[in-house]
Amino acid sequence: MGDSQYSFSLTTFSPSGKLVQIEHALTAVGSGQTSLGIKAANGVVIATEKKLPSILVDEASVQKIQLLTPNIGVVYSGMGPDFRVLVRKSRKQAEQYHRLYKEPIPVTQLVRETAAVMQEFTQSGGVRPFGVSLLVAGFDDKGPQLYQVDPSGSYFSWKASAMGKNVSNAKAFLEKRYTDDMELDDAVHTAILTLKEGFEGQISGKNIEIGIIGSDKKFRVLAPEEIDDYLREVE
Amino acid sequence: MSIFEYNGSALVAMVGKECFAIASDRRLGVQLQTIATDFQRIFKIHDRLFIGLSGLATDAQTLYQRLVFRHKLYQLREERDMKPETFASLVSALLYEKRFGPYFCQPVIAGLSDENKPFICTMDSIGAKELAKDFVVAGTASESLYGACEAMFKENMEPEELFETVSQALLSSVDRDCLSGWGGHVYVVTPTEVRERILKGRMD
Repeated sequence: MGDSQYSFSLTTFSPSGKLVQIEHALTAVGSGQTSLGIKAANGVVIATEKKLPSILVDEASVQKIQLLTPNIGVVYSGMGPDFRVLVRKSRKQAEQYHRLYKEPIPVTQLVRETAAVMQEFTQSGGVRPFGVSLLVAGFDDKGPQLYQVDPSGSYFSWKASAMGKNVSNAKAFLEKRYTDDMELDDAVHTAILTLKEGFEGQISGKNIEIGIIGSDKKFRVLAPEEIDDYLREVE
Repeated sequence: MSIFEYNGSALVAMVGKECFAIASDRRLGVQLQTIATDFQRIFKIHDRLFIGLSGLATDAQTLYQRLVFRHKLYQLREERDMKPETFASLVSALLYEKRFGPYFCQPVIAGLSDENKPFICTMDSIGAKELAKDFVVAGTASESLYGACEAMFKENMEPEELFETVSQALLSSVDRDCLSGWGGHVYVVTPTEVRERILKGRMD
């Protein structure tokens, strides 16, 4: 301390009214691997690229899609380690809700709590914002739901969304392909096609991840073999 | 004498066909001396959810205030009313929080679900839930209430018959208990309306 009279938190308003740290966080997300989500009539699918730094990494040891509760799954674009922190905090929040009310936390509630944590990290001292955006997919009493949460702590409910590298291409593709009456299987096909658009190299069950939740309200990450089956259907 | 019997109380809730009734006596005493004869032990949480708090009156009022607070926060956060089951879990959690210095209350919770299915439950002062399909009782008159309800309860009663049954059970039970009585307060809740009635009993 002492080098500056104004040693505020890193996220202090710039004279133009922007919070540059948050913009940098969004840049980190924008250069991360592509993730996307689609809300179908009877479920939700989230998917992501899984590019590993070297072919020597065991791809089975990396799980980018995680469960928060049995009926809520999440995927990210941006920094993996930051994502783990958010997953841990969100799971704890979900458990606390369950302990109090003996019923599963609604998707909106969990998203709001998670977004609140992300907002806190844009206003506290000694911390930096999270370098991730999240796509949260869940199914509860209000039906299938898909949310995107950004480093600023803002969140929106989407019919279909994408983030990371190639956002604009992916979003344009989704806009063209999306329909309201889409079934879960169609949504998985569309998700794969969208990923394929911006994918460098040969797509396979081992270098993408897909998570689905249907009306059984059980979120499930597809096994590489299941993804391969879907890939064959698409071709 | 137990602190649960300091003020005296009688509480009962009963299930009918797509309806329920919850009733209490109206006496507030200090041991054998009667202080008030219009005391309220049953509270409305929302249009189809009620809670009765037997036991120490001061704790009943404090607990009620905390429950209203928690329920209003829930309404604001989730933009909906609490389900009866959810509310029961909340009450249970609040009571267990004070496991080693409890509120001296035994709650009775009664509500209608969104599908008009009645729900009743009671718990002890540290939040151990006890669910029932027919009726639940609490308070100093609970022993006689058990007897009266066992004898008078029938399944699938219509609201009017349910009112009659609950009222008779309550009035005959408080006559067998020195610490509760002075008439009764009965709520009958159906999917469309809440009927509230004040009963006159043996006023002595």
